[in-house]
Amino acid sequence: MKTRYTYGGDEHIYVEMDDEMSLDAFFKSLSMSNAVRDAGIEGVTEICPANASFQVRFDPEVITPEAMMKKVQELEHKSADAEKRLKTRIIEIPVYYQDPWTHETLMRFRERHQDPSGTDLDYAARINGFDRAEDFIEAHHAQPWFVSMVGFVAGLPFLYQLVGREQQLQVPKYLRPRTDTPKQTVGYGGCFSCIYSVRGAGGYQMFGVTPMPIFDPEQKQSYLRDFMVFFKPGDIVKWKPINREEYDRILAEVEADTYVPRIAEVDFDLEAFNADMAGTNAKLMEALNVA
Amino acid sequence: MSLKVIQPGLSTSIQDLGRPGYFHLGIPIGGAMDRFALRVANMLVGNPEGAAGLEVVFLGPEILFEKDALVAVTGADLPAKVDGEPQEAWTAFEVKAGQTLSFDFLKSGARAYIAISGGLDTPPALGSRSTYPIGALGGIEGRNVQAGDVIPLGETEMIEPGLNVPAHLRRLPGTPAELRVLPGLYWHRLTAAAQEGFFDDDWSVALEADRMGYRFKGGKPLAFVDREQPFGAGADPSNIVDGCYSYGSIQVPGGLEPIVLHRDAVSGGGYFTLGAVISADMDLIGQLQPHTPVKFRKVDMDEALEARSARKKMLAAVRTHLG
Repeated sequence: MKTRYTYGGDEHIYVEMDDEMSLDAFFKSLSMSNAVRDAGIEGVTEICPANASFQVRFDPEVITPEAMMKKVQELEHKSADAEKRLKTRIIEIPVYYQDPWTHETLMRFRERHQDPSGTDLDYAARINGFDRAEDFIEAHHAQPWFVSMVGFVAGLPFLYQLVGREQQLQVPKYLRPRTDTPKQTVGYGGCFSCIYSVRGAGGYQMFGVTPMPIFDPEQKQSYLRDFMVFFKPGDIVKWKPINREEYDRILAEVEADTYVPRIAEVDFDLEAFNADMAGTNAKLMEALNVA
Repeated sequence: MSLKVIQPGLSTSIQDLGRPGYFHLGIPIGGAMDRFALRVANMLVGNPEGAAGLEVVFLGPEILFEKDALVAVTGADLPAKVDGEPQEAWTAFEVKAGQTLSFDFLKSGARAYIAISGGLDTPPALGSRSTYPIGALGGIEGRNVQAGDVIPLGETEMIEPGLNVPAHLRRLPGTPAELRVLPGLYWHRLTAAAQEGFFDDDWSVALEADRMGYRFKGGKPLAFVDREQPFGAGADPSNIVDGCYSYGSIQVPGGLEPIVLHRDAVSGGGYFTLGAVISADMDLIGQLQPHTPVKFRKVDMDEALEARSARKKMLAAVRTHLG
C-alpha cells in the first residue's frame, strides 16, 4: 500500500490509500479521515471517506491548499498507529432475491447487458464459476459485508464482503448504464454490493430488492428518526434471503411505520479477522441471534 | 402572501447557496449553478445574498404575484415582462399584486436567476431550500416547480426599485467558452498524448447537461497508460476502485466523453477523473447551452487561486456599486 496525495481543483485534497481494494486500505482510509475530522482543522468543510480513499473539501480563503495538504499528510502516521478495531453494529437486511420488479427492469434494459439471453444473476453466477444462480445467491448472503462507503446518491451504501480475496465475487457493471433502477435494489459492480437508496440511473447488476427503506427525507421509520440516511461507513451487514410472503409482511410493517430492523452492537478487530475469518464472522452473526 | 405558478417553464427550481456538510452521505451541496448571478439578483432586491430564488433553464415561467414585490433577473439573457411590459435585466423592477411576470425567448446563456424581495420561503431541508430531486429534498416537496404551485414569500421591507448592475460587472461565457482545469486526481492514468490532446482538442457541450453534470463531445478519445487493473476496480481502463468525486471533477468513462460534475454531483463512483474545473469557472458552466464550443485550458494552483480571488473582487465590486 502506498498513499497517494493529490488535489481535486482548488477546493479538494484527495488521498488514495491504495489503488486496489482491501480491508486494510478501507481501515486506513476510515481511520485517517477520522483523524482529519478529529484534528478540527480550520477551513475544512467536508470529509468524505470512500472504499480505499478519502477526500477533504476546504475553503482556500481560510487555509491555503499547500498548508492543507501538509496538515493532512502529517496525520498519516496517526492512522498507521491506530488500532484496527471498530466499535460498530451488525444489521440484518432482508433481501428478496430474484424478485419480479428488478426482473422487469433488467429485461427492459437487456440490450445494455453483457449477456442479453439470461438474467443478471445467471450471468454473475456463471462468470464466478457457480452452476446455478441459487449457489451464487448463497455465496452472496452466507458471509457478512462491510459498508465501505456511503455515497453516489443520497445514502447509498457500497459493501465489501468479509471473505478472503480468492472468495470475493466479482461482476462487471452493465456495458451501458440503465436509466432506471427500482428503489432498494440490491446491486453488484466490481467487488462491491450496494443498495440503491432511491430510484434512478444505475450500472450495477441487479440481484434482488429489500423492503427496508434506507433513505427517507420524511424520516417516518423509527430507525430513521435520528437522521434520514441509515448507513455509515463501518456498519456490518448480513443479508437475509426472504420469500414473497416475508417481503409482503415486512412491507406492510414498513407502510405502518412499525418495522424494526434487527441490529446488534459488535466489535470488529481486523487482525482477529485476518487470523480467523470464519470464526470472526460466526461470532458477528451470532450477535444477531440474540438481538 | 405568495406567488402562484401559472406555467413552470422547462425546468425551474428553487435554489439558494446550497447545503454543505452531507456530501459524505451522497447528498451534494446543490444550490444555484451560477452562484454569482443568484447573489447579485438578491442584492438588487435587497435580500441577503443567499436567499432562495428561482433558477430557470432555457424557458421562463409565468408567475402571478399576490403581493407587491421587487424582482431582479440575472444570469442568462432571458427578457422579463410584467403584464407584457419589457423589463431591464440585472435591474430591480416592481411587480404589483395581481400582475404577472413572464418571459420572452432566451437570447444567450442557459440559466436565469429570479430574485424576489423577501426571498422564497419554502421549508428548508438540511439547512437549505435548494431543490435536490434525486433525494426529494428542498424546493416544494423535493421537486422542481410545477403549474399550480403556490410559493410563499418571506417578509421584508421593500427598497426602492431601479438598482442596476452595469455590463462590466456581469459575467457570461465567451465563444468558445474557456474552462480552466487543474490537472490532478487520476491524471497519471492518461498517456502523455492524451493529456495534451484533452487541452488541444475542440469540445462542445453535449445534450446531457444538467445540474448533476455537463457532458462534452467532439474531442479525440483519451488513451490510458497500460496496466493490469487493480483488484476491485473493474475491467475497463477508465475504471478505478470507487472513490470520491470532487465538485468540478472531470470523469471520462471509456475515455470518450468528459463529464464535469456540478452542484448536484454524485459523490463518488468508479470512473477515473483527470482533474477538476477550477472553482472560479464553475458558475460559467451553468450558462453553457448544448452545442456551445468549449476549450479546456490547463492551469496550475497559483493561477486557480488568482482566478478565485478575481471572482471575489468582482463580487466585492458589485457590493460596492450597489452600496
